[in-house]
Order: sequence, then C-alpha cells, then structure tokens
Amino acid sequence: MAATETAARPASGTGTREGTYAGGLVSWLTTVDHKRIGIMYAVFAFSFFLLGGLEALLIRLQLGSPENTLIDPDLYNQLFTMHGTTMVFLAIMPLSAAFFNFMVPLQIGARDVAFPRLNAFSLWVFVLGALFLNASFLFGGAPDAGWFGYANLTSTQYSPGMRIDFWVLGLQILGVSSIAAALNFIVTIINLRAPGMSLMRMPLFTWMTFVTSFLLILAFPAITVGLVLLMFDRTFGTSFFNPAAGGDVLLWQHLFWIFGHPEVYILLLPSLGIISEVIPTFSRKPLFGYPFVVYSGILIAFLGFGVWAHHMFAVGLGPIANTVFSATTMLIAIPTGVKIFNWIATMWGGSLRFKTPLYFAVGFIAMFIIGGLSGIMHSSAASDLQQTDSYFVVAHIHYVLFGGVMFALFSGIYYWFPKITGKMLSEGIGKLHFWLMLLAFNLTFFPQHLLGLHGMPRRTFTYQEGLGFEAMNLMSTVGSLVLGFSILIFLWNVVVSLRKGAKAGPDPWGGATLEWAIASPPPHYNFRRLPRVHSRDPLWAEGGLDVAVNDPEAPEPHMPSPSLWPFILAVGIIVAATGGLTHSVPLALAGAAVVVASTYGWAFQPLER
Amino acid sequence: MTDDAAATAEGHYTSTGLPNRKLLMWTFIGSECMLFGSLIMTYLVYRGRSITGPYPEELLNIPFITVTTFVLLMSSLMMVLALAAVQRNDMRQGKLWLLMTALLGTVFLGGQVYEFSHFLHEGLGLSTNLFGASFYLLTGTHGAHVFVGVLWLLSLFVLAVRGRLDARHAETVEITGLYWHFVDVVWIVLFTLIYLLVS
Repeated sequence: MAATETAARPASGTGTREGTYAGGLVSWLTTVDHKRIGIMYAVFAFSFFLLGGLEALLIRLQLGSPENTLIDPDLYNQLFTMHGTTMVFLAIMPLSAAFFNFMVPLQIGARDVAFPRLNAFSLWVFVLGALFLNASFLFGGAPDAGWFGYANLTSTQYSPGMRIDFWVLGLQILGVSSIAAALNFIVTIINLRAPGMSLMRMPLFTWMTFVTSFLLILAFPAITVGLVLLMFDRTFGTSFFNPAAGGDVLLWQHLFWIFGHPEVYILLLPSLGIISEVIPTFSRKPLFGYPFVVYSGILIAFLGFGVWAHHMFAVGLGPIANTVFSATTMLIAIPTGVKIFNWIATMWGGSLRFKTPLYFAVGFIAMFIIGGLSGIMHSSAASDLQQTDSYFVVAHIHYVLFGGVMFALFSGIYYWFPKITGKMLSEGIGKLHFWLMLLAFNLTFFPQHLLGLHGMPRRTFTYQEGLGFEAMNLMSTVGSLVLGFSILIFLWNVVVSLRKGAKAGPDPWGGATLEWAIASPPPHYNFRRLPRVHSRDPLWAEGGLDVAVNDPEAPEPHMPSPSLWPFILAVGIIVAATGGLTHSVPLALAGAAVVVASTYGWAFQPLER
Repeated sequence: MTDDAAATAEGHYTSTGLPNRKLLMWTFIGSECMLFGSLIMTYLVYRGRSITGPYPEELLNIPFITVTTFVLLMSSLMMVLALAAVQRNDMRQGKLWLLMTALLGTVFLGGQVYEFSHFLHEGLGLSTNLFGASFYLLTGTHGAHVFVGVLWLLSLFVLAVRGRLDARHAETVEITGLYWHFVDVVWIVLFTLIYLLVS
C-alpha cells in the first residue's frame, strides 16, 4: 500500500507481545494503559457472554419438548432474567467498551484516553459489579423479574428476599461504570485527536463511540432514578410503585424505557461503527457517503430518545400517544436504512477481498435487515398488539442483537485481533465459524417468528402438547446447541492462533486508519511521534501520513504511572452495595469510608511519578 | 503546532484548547441534568396524588426557605470571588472566600436539616405518603450534592492553608466552581417547582 510505505516502519523490538503485555497480576490490577484495560474488558465480557449463552441453552433445553420438567418455573424465571441482563449489561456493552478502549485512542492518534485512571475505575467497577450481580445465584437465587424488572412484580410483596435487591444494586453499580467510561470517551474524542483530525475526518468507529457515549450519559440517569425509587420502595417502605398508596406502576415503565430504548442504540451503534470500518477496508474503497453515515448515526441517537413508549403499546396510553410513538419509530428506520445503502454502495464496484471480517460484516447486514423489518412491523401499534409478549418479539430482538450486534462484534474481533495480539486468526476456522454460526442462528431464531405468530407466549417455562409448537421448538433447540458449538470453534480458533498463528505485520489488511500505522501489538505509548492528519483515510491518501510515527530517534514518551486507587475505589463501592443488600449499616458505612479515602488517595496521587 | 511540539507538549495540547478536566465537568453536568430531570419529573407526576396527609401546603414554609435559598445564592457569589482571588494569586482572600463558600453551603444544609426534622415532627416520614417520599428524595439528592461540594471546598481550603493551592491551580478552583454553580442552579429550579408553585 502506498500509505504504509510513506509511514516509517516500526523499529524492531518495540511493541512485541512480551513488551506490551508482560507483567504479573499486580501489573494488570494497577494498569492504566487503555490497551490492557481493553483486553481485560474483552476477556471478562466474553466470559459473561459464555455464561449468558449457557443460561440460554438451559432455556432452550427446557423448551425442546412440551411439558418438559428439566427446569422448574422458578429457575426458569431466574434464567431468562439473568440471560437478558447478562447479555445486555455484561456481554455486549463491555465487548463494545473493549473496542472503545483499545481502538479509539489509536484511531484518533492519541497515546491514551484523557483520564487513564478513570478508565481503570470503569473496568473494575464493571467486573466487580458483574460478579456481585451473579453472586445472587449463590445466595438465595438470581433476580427473576425479567431484565426490564416491571413494577410491581419487583415489590417486596411479590418478590421477597434479596433477588431483586441484587438486581437493583448490580445495575446501579454497572451504571456508574458506564457513565464514567462514557464521560472519559467524550473528553478523549473531543480533546485528544491528533493535529489535523477534524470531527469530519474521524474514523466511523470513533464517531459511533462518540455518539454512543452521549447516549450513555443521557440515558443512564433515567434508570438510575428508577432503580433508586425501587430501592426506596423495597428498603424504606415508600410507595412510588404501590397503587394502593397512590403510586403509579407506569412510572417505572416510562423511566425504564426512557433509558431502555436509547440502550438499544447503545448496543447497536458501536456495531454500526465496526461495520463502517470493515467494509471500506475489504472493498478497498473509502466509505460511500461518509457524512450521511455520520449524520444518520447522530439522528438515530437523537430519535432514539423519542420512541420509548413503543415498548408500552399494550398498556393503553391512548390513541394519540400510540400514534406519535408509532410515527417516531417508523422515522428511525430512515437513518438506519441510509446506513445500509451506504455500506452496499461502498462494496459496489470495490475490489472485494472476502476475508473472515467481511463475511461477518455481510452476515450482519443480511441478518440486521431481517431484524429491522420485524422492528418496523412492531412500530405499528395495531400490529404490535398482536405480537407483544409472544415469541415473535424474541425472534426480533435476537435478529437485531445476535444476528446484528454479535455478528458485527465478531467481525470486529476478526478485524482487530491481529492489531491487539500481533497474530492472525485462522481464516479457515474463521469461515467455518461464520457459516456454522449463520446457519445455526437462523435455525434457532427464525422458527421463533412463526411460533410467536401462532401464539406461543414468551417468558413461560413450558407449553402444552398438541398446540403445534413442538417441531419448531425442537428446531430452535437443536439450532441453539449448534450455535453454542460454533462459539467453541471460535474459542478454538483463538487458542490455536495465539499459539501458532501467522505473525501479523503492522497493517495486515491494508487499512486506512491510524491504528494500522503502528506495530501489532502497539508499544505501550502507541505513537512515538503523534501523527498529523490531512484526510479521512490517512494511510490511503498520497502523503497522508507525513510524520514518522514510529521514529526510534524520537524521545520515548512519558506515560501515566500505574495506580491501585481505582481498584480500591471499586471495591469500596461493592462493599457499600453489600451493606445495602444485607441492610447492614456498618458495612455500608465501611464501604463509604473506603470510597472517600480512595477518592482522596486518587486525587493526591500524581499522574506520573 | 509543529510535530515535535505536539509530541512533547502532550498533556497540555488538546484539540479544542479546553482543559480535559473542565470538559469532563461540563459533560458530567449534562448527565446530572438528566438525573435531576428524572427526579423532578417523578416529583411533578406525584404532585397532589398523596392519599393521606400531611400535604405540602400544610408544611412548606416559604419564607424560611427563601432565606436559605438566598444564602445558597450568596455562596455562588463567594465562589466567584474565591476564583478571582486565586486567579490573581491573592491566596489570603482566596482562603477567605473558599471558607465563606463552604460556610454558606453549610448554613443551607443546616436549614435543610432543620426543615426535615420539623417535617418529621409534624408527621411526614419518608414512607408516610407520596409527597414525603418524592420530596425527601428530590431535596435529599440535592442536599447530598451540596454536602459533596462543601467537602470539596473544605479540601481546597485546607490545601490553601498548607500553601499547596495557588494561581497555578486556578483551573481546579474553576472546576469546583462549575459544580457549585450547577448545584445552585438546580436549587433555583427546585425552589420554584416545590415551594413557589405549591399554592
């Protein structure tokens, strides 16, 4: 590639796997390097993805045959609640965050995020919060009121015990992590762009990270308040959601979905960013209609705040509210459709190289269109009333979040794995993984459309014989097992490739963005000299990168020192939450004391020593 | 900016010229607006829907809260004076105004403690009715923000007394001020919606 020739070659000996990722447990606990934090996000998030997948397999095994007794209703409720909660908050969001962390500083030509210790704090709050939430399985059972936790199913009257308290406090903790991370990325992207990288020269993935971060800081406070109200109801006996005392259960639904629908775009937009990186690279063509893709991403985020009540068509808000929310929901299909046309137009006439990342990207487009179309069906209130609470909605959400988001995240993993590890993932196993996953995914979820239209309700632990549900449920269950197997193939690919995969050079795919200008894996300071940017595709443009970013002659940059305070602060939050869970005032105060002490420790510890 | 300057001035150079921490505070304030917005909506939704007393019109003491509101607004003036003093490196005045800001914040909190205990005495507990729950939650969340602000201001005051705060740290004081003024502005909204609109 012309561009990589203009960029100086990485000096030998910098950025080796050993050099970047060496060090014991303590070095990982105290690291503030965005790349190590990104890797930990990925590893933890993928572990929770496997856990959530295991919960889904148990659900499918139970539904494989009518009137099955493998799993009792109580455990079933816990499984579908924790499957949803885990996949949304512990798998997809942190997997996206893994890419934010690793890639955004590289893509904007920075050496780290704006607040490296805050970044470590976000990671540890996420990890400990996720463990806290899942600890519920060991102490009297997991949350069982659905991932949406509708009031007043969550009241102490209908949900005694600690299950819902685990859920309330766990989500509250995870919210702290998400908001801290989002604040960090907003400042990073506004302020740490390399000279010359104007907003409209930013790579699309960075753009979508930027938009997602705004969604996070504006949407999460709504659920924070909802969860506080619920906690007050359960702990202090208030009546926010108690109709007998004048409370309104619908307030919960509004607060939850004012968060919950933007949350859908929080899950989706990073994936749209990944696809917008992968398709141009493997089409050898700049993204078609870059401004349209950027602005439609912003528009999706903006409209995303005005559609929440389409989750509530069945509660009877009245014809005016239903009509307005139907219309706004249909509107949101326009910017989404724009992006799909842009991706197709990017591929059109490009010199396509069908590597595994592009397979997953194209798979994403196809599956996401199916999920998008059933979404448009839901936007009509009249039609939605027929589909609410049926398996049709389950099929829709999985076409969007698995066929859509997970395919895109796998595309991103195959695309950036060489940058992160310095090793190529096997193409052969990768394509086997893709085809198996695509077939199994459709086998699992397509029949659920029909099951839903035939009237099978969701969140019900079994169904009777003779309703015509047997064959399609069996197909779905078989599909889910194959789907699980395809994930094992991916893990096998990772293990094999880490051991004896081909070495990746700095730029194995001929990418256009700045992360491909430096060694794989990057040295801990990323860029020896900060780049200067003159165009959207710095590595493709003639003279696009005129700075020797890897110049070994340049002085080695000073990087922030490791710090244990973010971890201690995160531990303090967990201790305080445990105090709230067990109604133990001393424990809560001890946690608060740790939080205050470590905040001061953090504030007075110099960034560089 | 030359290449080498960009490379070596790392930490000072930002794309917009705005300091990172100030931008962080502004973004955080944006998020806080949604937090208080959701709490305020909850309060308004439940306004007039308590099915047992005591009701707001029986309890809320507008003259008293007007005084504490005035005190809190004056604390914003003190904050402005503190920042101006620190910026011109007049740390004698800087210390004075920082302490005064924290003091007026504490007086406001004292007023809130008095108000809460008075309401409790009149029979309005947290779980008595919807008014109690939503009132205590909304004003309590605001009070917690004031409390954090007072701790923050006192920390700066202690640093100043020890000679560890001067004009080089004006940005830190400015960011503290951003937070403090925001908390004040929120109170103006709460004062209007909770107290002035009661009758």
